[in-house]
Amino acid sequence: MKWEPVIGLEIHVQLKTRTKMFCRCPVGFGAGENTQTCPVCLGFPGALPVMNRRAIEWTVLLGLALGCEIADHAMFSRKHYPYPDLPKGYQISQYDLPSCTNGNVVLPTADGDRVIGIVRAHLEEDAAKTVHIGGRTGRIGGADYSLIDFNRGGTPLVEIVTAPDIGSADEAKRVLQLLRQTIVELGISDAEMEKGALRVDANVSVRPSGSSELRTRTELKNMNSFNYIARGIEAEVERQIAVWESGGEVQQETYDFDAATGALSPRRSKEEADDYRYFPEPDLVPVEPPAVLVERLRSELPELPAARIRRIEARLDLDRATVLVTGGLDRLWEETVTVGADGVAAANVIANTVVGAGVEIGAVAPAELARLVEARELIPRATFDEAIAKLGDPGFKADPYLAQEAVSDAAELEPIVDAILEANPGQVEAYRGGKEGLLGFFVGQVMKETQGKANPRVVSELVRAKLGG
Amino acid sequence: MAPVVDTLRLTAEDALALVERGDVSSAELHASYLEAIGERDGELHAYLRTVESAEGASIPIALKDVISTKGVETTAGSKILSGYTPVFDATVAARCKAAGLTLLGKTNTDEFAMGSSTENSAWGPSHNPWDPTLVPGGSGGGTAAAVSAGLAPWGLGSDTGGSIKQPSALCGNVGLRPTYGTVSRYGVVAFASTLDQIGPVAKTVRDVALLYSIIAGRDSNDSTTVELPEPVRLPDAERLDGLRIGVPKQIESLDAIESGVRAAFERSLELARELGANVGECDLPTSYRYGMPCYYLVAPAEASSNLARYDGVRYGPRADGATYDEMVERTRDEGFGAEPKRRIMLGTYALSAGYYDAFYGQAQKVRTLLIREHREALSKFDVIATPTSPTVAFPLGDKAADPLAMYACDLLTIPSCLAGLPGLSIPCGLSDDLPVGLQLLGPQFGENTLFRAGHALEQAIGFDTVPLRWRS
Repeated sequence: MKWEPVIGLEIHVQLKTRTKMFCRCPVGFGAGENTQTCPVCLGFPGALPVMNRRAIEWTVLLGLALGCEIADHAMFSRKHYPYPDLPKGYQISQYDLPSCTNGNVVLPTADGDRVIGIVRAHLEEDAAKTVHIGGRTGRIGGADYSLIDFNRGGTPLVEIVTAPDIGSADEAKRVLQLLRQTIVELGISDAEMEKGALRVDANVSVRPSGSSELRTRTELKNMNSFNYIARGIEAEVERQIAVWESGGEVQQETYDFDAATGALSPRRSKEEADDYRYFPEPDLVPVEPPAVLVERLRSELPELPAARIRRIEARLDLDRATVLVTGGLDRLWEETVTVGADGVAAANVIANTVVGAGVEIGAVAPAELARLVEARELIPRATFDEAIAKLGDPGFKADPYLAQEAVSDAAELEPIVDAILEANPGQVEAYRGGKEGLLGFFVGQVMKETQGKANPRVVSELVRAKLGG
Repeated sequence: MAPVVDTLRLTAEDALALVERGDVSSAELHASYLEAIGERDGELHAYLRTVESAEGASIPIALKDVISTKGVETTAGSKILSGYTPVFDATVAARCKAAGLTLLGKTNTDEFAMGSSTENSAWGPSHNPWDPTLVPGGSGGGTAAAVSAGLAPWGLGSDTGGSIKQPSALCGNVGLRPTYGTVSRYGVVAFASTLDQIGPVAKTVRDVALLYSIIAGRDSNDSTTVELPEPVRLPDAERLDGLRIGVPKQIESLDAIESGVRAAFERSLELARELGANVGECDLPTSYRYGMPCYYLVAPAEASSNLARYDGVRYGPRADGATYDEMVERTRDEGFGAEPKRRIMLGTYALSAGYYDAFYGQAQKVRTLLIREHREALSKFDVIATPTSPTVAFPLGDKAADPLAMYACDLLTIPSCLAGLPGLSIPCGLSDDLPVGLQLLGPQFGENTLFRAGHALEQAIGFDTVPLRWRS
């Protein structure tokens, strides 16, 4: 039987507001432990929350970017559970009346747009950070002692819940990349997974291909990169298929993904179901953004990544357009092309060489980049790389680099090419047998031999001619 | 040598005049009260702790121990907060400070303001100045006893279902529970957030109005507060011409109301008529039938949530435990007394999945009915009058073992609390030589009307706030 995955995502995004969700403590990463705290975010007796208006605005902005309906009456509730990272014994979170509902993420694909539903996006406060010392599991049970850093506690957190509309691990990754880029461009979060500013849980089930049933799902946690998410989902999909095919039944469980081993381990299942005892937060008033505010925010929405992918795809191709847009590179690309660079060449140079060199994209002067792109085969490779690496320096000029010329004289290069071919008879045999991908290998060897001074296009033409291409 | 000030009789207004004229200094006045505390509080236990010398250039004030005071231990009458010294002032404490009031000390309260006699205080009960074998009422019995015994010119209490008005009645003081949202709850140890209000206790209506003007108004730290729609007016009129007073017809058939209380209440209605008021009958059927059960769902539900933070992790005593869960369980078991435990259990149940709609959700709907019913009655009347407490002060131990009997003390104060409305209690006479309280209820933000009516009646009644046994 053929199986298809059914995947839904729960995405937590820390907003980069200046202050916390319900107090005036600064939001920040990396300050000394428990230095960004106050009676409110430490849950002292009598302390009361006050809503961060900016966080509300940004949640509405995100909701609008996701095509959500924006509630004119949303509410915060108290969600109770006992844990030391939750100083009040409850988390303040939107519950039955969230700010944003019923939107979608549009993922451009070669087969048209994939529309992934957004069930809701709601605002809540982040918990504090706990570190459990000792014990085998790194969890609170069995630890010798635990340390709590309340700096993170109370950071505004938006939870985005997608519908189970995602059909593969790869699609999940692409949805997340697009969503992350949208969030970054809205300027509401850095959405950096390694800092925990973007956290993703995946709900995974499988079903016979083509059916519309929903089978028991499992929840995957602790996947802190897009690649881990894809790997975790893939592993879980395979596991579930194997369970069903061996006549078993998938149990509703939560799994932690271990990045080191790529393995999934089930969390100890709780004895009883959670009862969060939600009730409306009596210390806050309802969230009622005025219609004029919502309309202003709507009018200020920038052109979103999905639309830009489609627009750029028309001048390039879907894959390159997607890479450029989700990497936040498309503006530089457009400007570079506008001043005369070739589209495909510019896309390749930006997405590979510029990003690979760790250049700050915002600091690049498109005109200088365009000149480098045009000259990339006429100057020595090493010179080109060196120039690219300095692209972000203030006042960078391409001229000094362009003055150096690559060796394009076929007569000068021919003996070197011959020597390389002679030294690698096996590869030559393979190439002639059809492994044309080895062309790059030969060119690379020549480049190495010439210390990057050869013109790679001339070299590949020589190789091809000699090997009877 | 400190000047002789008769703290037993001194009103806050008179005390302010003494300081303003320079007859006594703020520090001398503070010292006089401390001296009175030294003399009389051994018997009464109104204070949990006093402050020897406090900053401020005006007169002193006593604050209920649920009000956070920077640098001064604040326990809310509970062992679970023993040794807890706030790093910040509650907004009301800060406003008192800004007005120059000096902090005399923190007054006794039922644990987390849960009770009607102060017998639930982890630090032992307070005693009624009129008769120390009797309770002073609660939960704000400490503030009420202090004001009544001249151990403070005035004080602040907190009121969830009657904790300002009921002890004021039992100790012969004036007490105001303000309109919900007019006084900041920031820094006041929370019991039931949709009900808690902070308010003044004093010897006269004018003193109460003055203190209310100091603490009321919007606070950016409490989102549920609003600015007063009109400034507080100190009452001075002696007539009540045209004032419409409604008496709920349900009062007639409430057996819980003692005959002496009823008699004093009816005498004050007579006086009101003589002052020109029109006294009529209003109808609050839902209030007296469902007010109490509704309150005992809402208040414990919110309390169970508000008390979740006391886990021994960040402040207060911490019990030993092999695991986190065990540490928290032991801390809470040792730290909370019987009444908070009872309410945490009740409230946890009322909020549980599957029960929410039947209990907390339903109670909030009943509340809406009470709000409507009171609005209806107050569209025909300017104020509603009832006795404050069905009984006068009762002996210590009398109801301590019977929670339901204790809960019934608040029968008459609870409905308007659920409706968020202001209520003023003034002493209106004696029954068995003990004070009886008259409760005047008004519409939202109707404090000025209550002050005006309360002041005129106060003048006509001429109640002597000094306990009988101390009159010479």
